[in-house]
Amino acid sequence: MQKTLDKFIVGESGVVVKVEGERKLKRRLYDMGITNGAEIYLRKKAPLGDPLEITVRSYELSLRKAEASCVTMEVKHV
Amino acid sequence: MYKFALAGNPNSGKTTLFNALTGSTAHVGNWPGVTVDKREGTYRKTDEPVLVVDLPGIYSLSPYTQEEVIARNYILDERPDCVINIIDATNLERNLYLTTQIMEIDVPIVIALNMIDVVEKRGDNIDVKELERRLKIPVIKISALKGKNVDKLMERALESCKQKRKGETVIENQELRHLIGDVKIALEGQGVKDPLFHAVKLAELDELEVVMHEGTVSMVQNFKKTFSDTTFGDDFEGLVADGRYKYITKYFSPTLKRKNAEKFVVTPSDKADKVLTHKIWGIPIFLLILFAIFHVTFSENFLYLGAFISPEWVSLAGTPFEGVFGAGAINSPGVSLMGLVEVLTGFITEAVAGWLAPSPEWVQGLVLDGFLGGIFAVLGFLPQILVLFLCFSILEDSGYMARIAFILDRMLRKFGLSGRAFLPMIMGFGCSVPAIMNTRTLADDKEKIATIRVIPFFSCGAKLPILTAVAGAIVASANVGNVDLITYGMYLLGVLTALISVLLMRSTSLKGETPPFIMELPAYHLPQFRNLMVLLWEKAKHFIQKAFTIILASTIVIWFISHFSFHWEFLPDESIDQSILANVSMLLQPIFTPVGFGSQLSQSGWVFVVACITGLIAKENVVSTLGTLAGCLSLTFVGDESGVSAVSTMITATGITVPALLSFIAFNMTTIPCFATVAAAKGELHGKRTFNFTLLFWIATSFIVSSAVYVIGSWWWTSFIYLAVVVVIFLLFKLKKIVKRG
Repeated sequence: MQKTLDKFIVGESGVVVKVEGERKLKRRLYDMGITNGAEIYLRKKAPLGDPLEITVRSYELSLRKAEASCVTMEVKHV
Repeated sequence: MYKFALAGNPNSGKTTLFNALTGSTAHVGNWPGVTVDKREGTYRKTDEPVLVVDLPGIYSLSPYTQEEVIARNYILDERPDCVINIIDATNLERNLYLTTQIMEIDVPIVIALNMIDVVEKRGDNIDVKELERRLKIPVIKISALKGKNVDKLMERALESCKQKRKGETVIENQELRHLIGDVKIALEGQGVKDPLFHAVKLAELDELEVVMHEGTVSMVQNFKKTFSDTTFGDDFEGLVADGRYKYITKYFSPTLKRKNAEKFVVTPSDKADKVLTHKIWGIPIFLLILFAIFHVTFSENFLYLGAFISPEWVSLAGTPFEGVFGAGAINSPGVSLMGLVEVLTGFITEAVAGWLAPSPEWVQGLVLDGFLGGIFAVLGFLPQILVLFLCFSILEDSGYMARIAFILDRMLRKFGLSGRAFLPMIMGFGCSVPAIMNTRTLADDKEKIATIRVIPFFSCGAKLPILTAVAGAIVASANVGNVDLITYGMYLLGVLTALISVLLMRSTSLKGETPPFIMELPAYHLPQFRNLMVLLWEKAKHFIQKAFTIILASTIVIWFISHFSFHWEFLPDESIDQSILANVSMLLQPIFTPVGFGSQLSQSGWVFVVACITGLIAKENVVSTLGTLAGCLSLTFVGDESGVSAVSTMITATGITVPALLSFIAFNMTTIPCFATVAAAKGELHGKRTFNFTLLFWIATSFIVSSAVYVIGSWWWTSFIYLAVVVVIFLLFKLKKIVKRG
């Protein structure tokens, strides 16, 4: 099943299928390791529900839902 | 002399390595982006000293952030003899991503595999031999923190820099390689240095490269027309980044042998994080920590133990230390240390006064009032500044600061800022200068300008004496309120002013989309004791140096122009009102009438005007100026006391009211900051107009805020008028929004 990263619930993980969005933002996401095939695990949401904290390439990264919505994921079933 | 550049990801231990190599004491923190400018130092353990340049931490060599451009241009233009690429072994993949870009430059490289001890402690292992073989670059395991193997690293770097190295790329996509190859040949033909690097960046249609090699761009564009990837289309930037990470996962990731094959192991850092960024408790914990910091620094009733102890136990009545550790309750560490310094300075002043007793009156005045009075009024605050600074350093070093940004991002977004902007702001509580320099980590220009403008409102260490001295005097002589309450209140006023001005700016002159928030959250670690001590020592040294140079010079100048008339004759303290200083300040005094310390004050009211002006040089001057002048206005005043008595003296001499005193604090907190800060702001704000507008903004804000404080404080019912104005402005904004939508 595919959905964007911002739709993930805490504890879910998946693999990046596609990154979309404005050029600068896209490059930033790529640079931080969010590229096709990268595994992402949604660790938690901030106290107010946004931003998100994810594990990607074995480090922790924080990004907003708005940015996460640019990342399409293939959900991994546990 | 050889020149080595240190490059690596933010928070990879670059600055720690720099310090280990050069013996320097640069600022190290545990959140990404502490080094925002390049720094130089010398390594002296080799026969020939080596110049080491610490570049800002970067994730990539993209053209989109200033730090990346600084680092990139340095390597390309300054041509270091070797690039030491520091890699955080606990975070191999993302760190090597940068390596795959630096590799494309024709420069000798060595890799410093840092924090390998952390990896090995977990029972994991990295196959260094395999890494070296793949990269064709020497890899040395080091621990920057413990200084392990850093000399070996430098040896290898010296060996490497003697050989030429050709750039190599890891991109494996055949068509892309083809294009890069063609462009490279074309660039070589034009005599371009580092042809491979430029060819790759040109293929990405990198903004900086497109401008530099206009003639060659068409090659890429023509190729693009014939090309379409199934997932990336013609997004070459994505294709290149993807290619790098593909190579890394294919060849480099397997070099890491994990003991626990399981992917997500719960570390102590994770456990700490669970509590500190908890869904419900995260924000209360943050507020509690903030409160605790101010409590440890300022409170005169530490841990609220006052109710449980008998005052005689701690007051030490009859000894020279009376009241240092508490009077009625226990003093917090900050207040106790401050008391100790006061005992010491008092002792020195008395000794000097006794020693100078036979000398003429003006010598005594110059030394006691001009010299000691001014300096001691400032030095007395050093302990509190250090305690406050220590607390913020612990937050930063532990990795919690980055989480604060994470927690608060949602709230700050309402004001048009990202959580990232919060970091420089909170740094402002320590000192505005590094805080302003740190705004470079903000990618969005408008957000950066807005942040720079409000940083001074986060009352810095140098403004602390103004707060405590004036608040102390209000309580002591006017018998109103409570020092803690006034201090906290004023800090809060500063923060509120900052938030409101950001909101106004972001919805008017600096309108724009809220910039993205994509930030690494570093693993928590216990603050390094040595690191903290180094930081404290640096801060103390800086402060003392400032006290004995700029502040000393200004107090002496103030003393002179307050003791000489326009006819160059010496005036005794009683006739200070005829001095040059008094005359000039009296001219300016009416300007300050709306904020409460202008024409409404009695004859000596100009002293507050002088204090505000000298504060433009350094904010410590505000209290030291009052200290110097108090010695002249009151014959009974002895220069051995802290700013509190100086301000108390001023209250009696000028008849200034409590609201006007509060307005005086507010004015100094929000007006044009010190020289150093203005210079830092000028460096970061590009464009004369933006800078001039910033100065104007500071002047306007200080007058608006402090006059509001004065007017509301004097006539409480005027708060309704202010409230009405705020409501009207708010409604106008709403209306505008509705009209736009409709």
